Amino acid sequence: MLRGMEQAFTSPDDVTATLARTGYLADEALATVTFLATRLGRPILLEGEPGTGKTALAESLAEALGQKLIRLQCYEGIEATQALYDWDFPRQILHLRAVEAVAGDEHRDPKQLEAELFDERFLLARPVLRALREAPCVLLIDEIDRADDEFEAFLLEVLSTWQVTIPEVGTIAAEHPPLVVLTSNRTRELHDALKRRCLYHWIDHPGLARELDIVRTRLPEVSDTLAEQVVRLVQRLRTEGDLIKPPGVAETLDWARALDALGAGSLDPEVAAATLGAAVKYREDGERVRAMLDRMLAG
Amino acid sequence: MTGMTGMTAQQCLEAHHRRPPDEWLIGFARALRAAGLHVTADRERTFLVAVSQVGLGERRGVYWAGRATLTSSPADVERYDQVFTAWFTGRPMETTHTVPPTVRPPVRQAALDDDAASGAGPETEDDLLRARASGQEVLRQRDVAALDRAERAQLARMFERLHPLAPHRPARRHVPRRTGPVNGPATLREQLRRVGEPGPVRHHRRGVRTRRVVLLIDVSGSMSAYADSLLRLAHRFVQAAPTTEVFTMGTRLTHVTRALRERDPDRALVAAGAVVPDWSGGTRLGDALAAFLDRWGRRGMARGAVVVLFSDGWERTGPEVLGEQMRRLRALAHRVVWVNPHRGKAGYQPIQQGIVAALPHVDDFVAGHSFATFEELIEVIAHA
Ligand SMILES: Nc1ncnc2c1ncn2[C@@H]1O[C@H](COP(=O)(O)OP(=O)(O)OP(=O)(O)O)[C@@H](O)[C@H]1O
Ligand SMILES: [Mg+2]
Repeated sequence: MLRGMEQAFTSPDDVTATLARTGYLADEALATVTFLATRLGRPILLEGEPGTGKTALAESLAEALGQKLIRLQCYEGIEATQALYDWDFPRQILHLRAVEAVAGDEHRDPKQLEAELFDERFLLARPVLRALREAPCVLLIDEIDRADDEFEAFLLEVLSTWQVTIPEVGTIAAEHPPLVVLTSNRTRELHDALKRRCLYHWIDHPGLARELDIVRTRLPEVSDTLAEQVVRLVQRLRTEGDLIKPPGVAETLDWARALDALGAGSLDPEVAAATLGAAVKYREDGERVRAMLDRMLAG
Repeated sequence: MTGMTGMTAQQCLEAHHRRPPDEWLIGFARALRAAGLHVTADRERTFLVAVSQVGLGERRGVYWAGRATLTSSPADVERYDQVFTAWFTGRPMETTHTVPPTVRPPVRQAALDDDAASGAGPETEDDLLRARASGQEVLRQRDVAALDRAERAQLARMFERLHPLAPHRPARRHVPRRTGPVNGPATLREQLRRVGEPGPVRHHRRGVRTRRVVLLIDVSGSMSAYADSLLRLAHRFVQAAPTTEVFTMGTRLTHVTRALRERDPDRALVAAGAVVPDWSGGTRLGDALAAFLDRWGRRGMARGAVVVLFSDGWERTGPEVLGEQMRRLRALAHRVVWVNPHRGKAGYQPIQQGIVAALPHVDDFVAGHSFATFEELIEVIAHA
C-alpha cells in the first residue's frame, strides 16, 4: 500500500541516524524540523549561506527513504507552466493532421477533436506535477529566491492544496503530500504567506566538531591531520576573514580533496596558497586570504 | 539557545498556575508576537500540533518546534531565543523593543526628539497651521545636513506623506495581444473552431508589473548627516513599493530591507540602526558594490531593476574597482541612478575620483540633499 510520509521517521533521533547512513550529518535542530515536516505534512524552508548543505539534505532524504527525488531549479523569470506542464504542441499538430487525413470532411466534430487533442497523453509533466502524481517522493524546490513573487504565489497554492487544475484535463491531486524542501540563499525576502506555510530553518555553518565529522564522513581518504587543519582554517576564515563569499562546507570538502590529491599530508603556507582557489572564489577574497595565510598557519 | 537544561516544559507548566497546556503555549506564541514576530493564528495552531509531535515534556523539542513554526528569518530567531528564555524561566519579558547596546546616533536623533518642534510657539490653531505650512515650504528646500534637531523632527513627519511608486515593466504572465510570440494552444483551438481551415495565428504578450527598486545607501562618515533622511526615504519606498530592497554600504554591505518593513518609521530606523555594523566608518564603495553584485545582484535582485546609489563618491579603495563594478551593475540593471547630496549645491563639480569613475555607467545623476530633491528623485524612479 502506498503510504505518505507521516511514518517515515519515529523521532528526530531516527532522522539523524537515517540520514547519517547516507553520509549526511544533521544536527538536532535540522533533525527535529525534518521530523516535524514529515509528521505535519508541511514543506521545509531552508535558508542559509551557500554551501551549508541545503540542497544536500533533500538529496540525502530521498536516498535514505528510498524515494525518488524530483528537483525544480528556480531561476529568474520561471513561470508556473515550466513547473507544472506543457502541451506537446508538435505532437498535437501531428495528431490533428493524422485525423484529417483519415476522416473525410463530414465526420469531424470539433468538440471531440479538441478533447482528443488536450488529453493527458499530450501533457508533458514538469517537476511539480510529477511530484503530485508520483508522491510519496521528495520534491526539492531549489533556490526559490531566484524566482519572482508571482511564482511564489503559485507555489503557495500548490503547497497548500496539494493539487493543481489543468483546464483541459481537470484537477490532479496528490494522494499523499510529497516531502517538500525549499531552499533559499536569502537574496531577497520571501512572501510571508509562503513562509507561514513552511517550517522554517536557518542553516548555519557547522561548528568545528561537526564540520570535521562531515569531512571525515565524506572524505575518509584524507588524513586526520590534514582534515583538522583545513577545517580549523576554514572556520577562522569565516569569522575573521571578512570575505565577500565565506567558504561553505562544499569549499571545505573541495579544498581537502584538492590538498589530498596533491599528496599533502598536512597544510603549509605554500601548498595552501597553491590550492586556495578551491576555497575562495573571488579574486579580492583570494588576495585577502593569501595575506592572512602565513600569519594563520604560523599561529 | 540558552539555559536548555532547567525545568521540563511540564514543570514549567505547573509553575504557570496549572493552566491547560494549550493556553500556556498560546501565551508563549502571543509573547512572541508582542516581541515583533509575525505570529498568526494559523501559525499558532501549527505550533500546537508540532509540540504535540515532539512531546511537551521535552523542553528542547518544544524549543525547536516553536522555532520551526513561529520564526521565519534569522532576525526572528534571535528574538525567539530571548522570549523563550524569558518565558521558560518565568522572568517577566521586556516589553520594549531591545536594541543592542552599541548606539547608532545618526538615525536615532530625530526619533528621540519627536516632540521638540511643537513645544513653544504660535497661539491659535490657524496660526499654528500657517506657520507650519510656510515653515514646511522652507524646510523642503533646506539641506538636511544643516537642520537642527527640531527641524529634523518636523521633516521626519513630512516623510510619512511621501508615496513613492515603483516603475513598471513587462510582466511574466502572458495576455492575449495582436502581436508577439505565437500562442500554441490558442492557435490550435482556433483551427479546431474552424474545423481545420487555417485560422488567424494567436499571439500573446506579457502584461505589465512593477520593477524592483534597489536602494544602496552609503552610510560612511562623509555621508552621516544624510543617513537619517535617506533611511526615512528608503522606509517610504519599502512601505509603498514592497518589492523594494535596501542595503547600506560602508566598510561592508548590509541588507536592511527586513528592518524597514516595520510600519512605524522610528522603530524601523532603530531596527535598521541595530543591524548596520559600520555607521560613519570608512567607505569601500567598490568592494561593497562587488559584494552586492556577487551575492544578490547577479542572482536576480538587480536584473531588470532600477538601482539607486546614494553616495558622495568619496572612495577609499581605488576608483578602478568602483568603475569596474559600476560597469557590471549597469549591465544587469534596467537603470542606474546616482544620487549625490552635493550635486544640487552651488559650485559643485563631480571631481571625486569615485564619481569620475562611476559616471560613465550611470543613467541619471541627480541631487539629493533636501526634501524637495527627494521628491524629484521619486519622480525620476517612477518613470525609470
Ligand atoms: N551536514 C552535512 N553533512 C554532510 N555533507 C554536507 C553537510 N552539509 C554540507 N555538506 C556537503 O557540502 C556540499 C555543499 O552542500 P549543498 O550543495 O547542499 O549546499 P547548499 O546549501 O545547497 O549551497 P547553495 O546555497 O550554494 O546551493 C555538498 O557536497 C554536501 O554533501
Ligand atoms: Mg543548493
